[in-house]
Amino acid sequence: MIRVRLSLFICLKFKNPMLKRIFRFYYDGFRKMTWGRKLWGIILLKLFIMFAILRLFFFPDLLKRDFNSDEERASHVLEQITNP
Amino acid sequence: MYWNKLPILKAMLESIDMSLVDWSRGQFALTAMFHWIFVPLTLGLSFIVAFMHTIYVRTGDEEWMRITKFWMKLFGINFAIGVATGIILEFEFGTNWSNYSWFVGDIFGAPLAIEGILAFFLESTFVAIMFFGWNKVSKRFHLTASWLTAFGASLSAVWILVANAWMQHPVGTAFNPDTARNEMTNFWDVIFSEVAVNKFLHTISSSFLLASVFVIGVSAWFLLRKREVLFAKRSTVIASVFGVIAAVSTIVTGDSSARIVAREQPMKFAAMEALYEGQTHAPLVAIGAMRTDTTNLSYPRENFIFKIEIPNALSYMVFLTPSGFIPGITDLVFGNEEQNYMSYEERIERGAVAIQTLKELKKAKERGDEIAYDALREKFYDPIWIDQYYQHFGYGYYKGRELKELIPNVKMNFYSFHVMVVLGTHFLIFTMLVLWLSLKNRWGKHKWLLWVALITIPMPWIASQAGWVLAELGRQPWVVYELMPTLTAVSRLKPVAVQITFWIFLVTFTALFIAEIKIMLSQIKKGPGGE
Repeated sequence: MIRVRLSLFICLKFKNPMLKRIFRFYYDGFRKMTWGRKLWGIILLKLFIMFAILRLFFFPDLLKRDFNSDEERASHVLEQITNP
Repeated sequence: MYWNKLPILKAMLESIDMSLVDWSRGQFALTAMFHWIFVPLTLGLSFIVAFMHTIYVRTGDEEWMRITKFWMKLFGINFAIGVATGIILEFEFGTNWSNYSWFVGDIFGAPLAIEGILAFFLESTFVAIMFFGWNKVSKRFHLTASWLTAFGASLSAVWILVANAWMQHPVGTAFNPDTARNEMTNFWDVIFSEVAVNKFLHTISSSFLLASVFVIGVSAWFLLRKREVLFAKRSTVIASVFGVIAAVSTIVTGDSSARIVAREQPMKFAAMEALYEGQTHAPLVAIGAMRTDTTNLSYPRENFIFKIEIPNALSYMVFLTPSGFIPGITDLVFGNEEQNYMSYEERIERGAVAIQTLKELKKAKERGDEIAYDALREKFYDPIWIDQYYQHFGYGYYKGRELKELIPNVKMNFYSFHVMVVLGTHFLIFTMLVLWLSLKNRWGKHKWLLWVALITIPMPWIASQAGWVLAELGRQPWVVYELMPTLTAVSRLKPVAVQITFWIFLVTFTALFIAEIKIMLSQIKKGPGGE
């Protein structure tokens, strides 16, 4: 029911027939998916682990996090590579 | 001479915790090798699918549609499990390799940004049309989407390989001592460097070969089970034609790659052949077994337990004449005046001068000494000084360290290279045999050959991974060849932090790999008729 409403809502929202057709194309594609559903589950889980856990908690961009300007970053790296 | 002025540098270098470097390398290798399980199959299978799809559109034969749909499904599974696994490598650049990321930023950033924007979106859009487009869009548009997916995948690979090629052979750039970054001076030199072009062709060819062997092997399983015989035979014909072309191309580009390595990275070349003493009429070791300790430079002749050599072949491979001189590891480490190879001791001295100059430049800037600063800065733009000192920059970090640290792992390189060559030869013979038997309509009549096809399925992955092991381990100790060693590139993190993420990756990747195998096997078992 929610799915039908969403479909109707978006179809009405898109005044442009081309956009409507593109939306319907993707909507029908995902709706009629069989074996692909499991794959989408894996993709979403993987992206969640990667971006919401690994990126957030384990992989900060150190130079972006620790320094405010490129000049500071350059100075830090120069220090590191001349005094490793 | 400069070394006496660098006691802090010496002390700090000696205090670097190698376990941090090793864990960081291990983590990167794990991620890259896992990512590379999926990439070559995506690259190769996309073209095979597009080719099958073309036959369907041209002939209108429904059997070709079933064939296309089945292989498209396997392509989709591989694509879905593998997609975005490469992004983790970019996370690691920012966290574990921050010095490196900054040092190469502009060079690495540009190709990766182009890849992200152009190829990824192109690929993603057309993958959707490829899967959802059956009976929804015109046949020709649908077919175009299949081809654009294939080209999009290869286009993604171009940029990554260009970036890697630059690390192997840094060209088209200049080092800016103010920003500590390499800046691109010529985009085309970076993209069309001989190393980049050859790397792309060799990688793409070997990926096509891998996908061909995969299609032949899976089809052989159907023939062994006496299921879907027409489907399996047709798939085999396409894959074997594709496979023979890819095998020849892989060998030809591999040969030219070896020639480029011999010229641009002679240490890697010497290591992959375990050649310790340089010589003219150098033989090629066809098969050999090495001793445990390969770092003993005093007794290089004793490093093999046994070996079978092809006389003159190594010199001929590089120079197309047997009289060409191939430098050995000892020639490169200790120098060879006659053949114009500078010793590592000398290169270390020169590199230390370049590092000291950069250090003094930084100090001059900090104390506002403009005259000293300008004079020092000018050196980094002086071609003669660059040639004499800066091009040895990375060697300066090895002042006071053991020379053997500048030698890559000989055994790993030797075996990786030989595994790749032996398997490559097997693939050529195998695909030619399959094609010949298929054309004579005799493929499938010899059960043992079908078993060979089945057993051969994992071999191209082994060869492909061995190729990357050779490319990356052979370049050691450098991250950027002769400019930045691994020990300088790594971020100063606690080793335990790297260890934790290493194990998280190992568990996640193993789970994903098991999922891929399970889903793929279940879809193969269902066959082209199953949903």
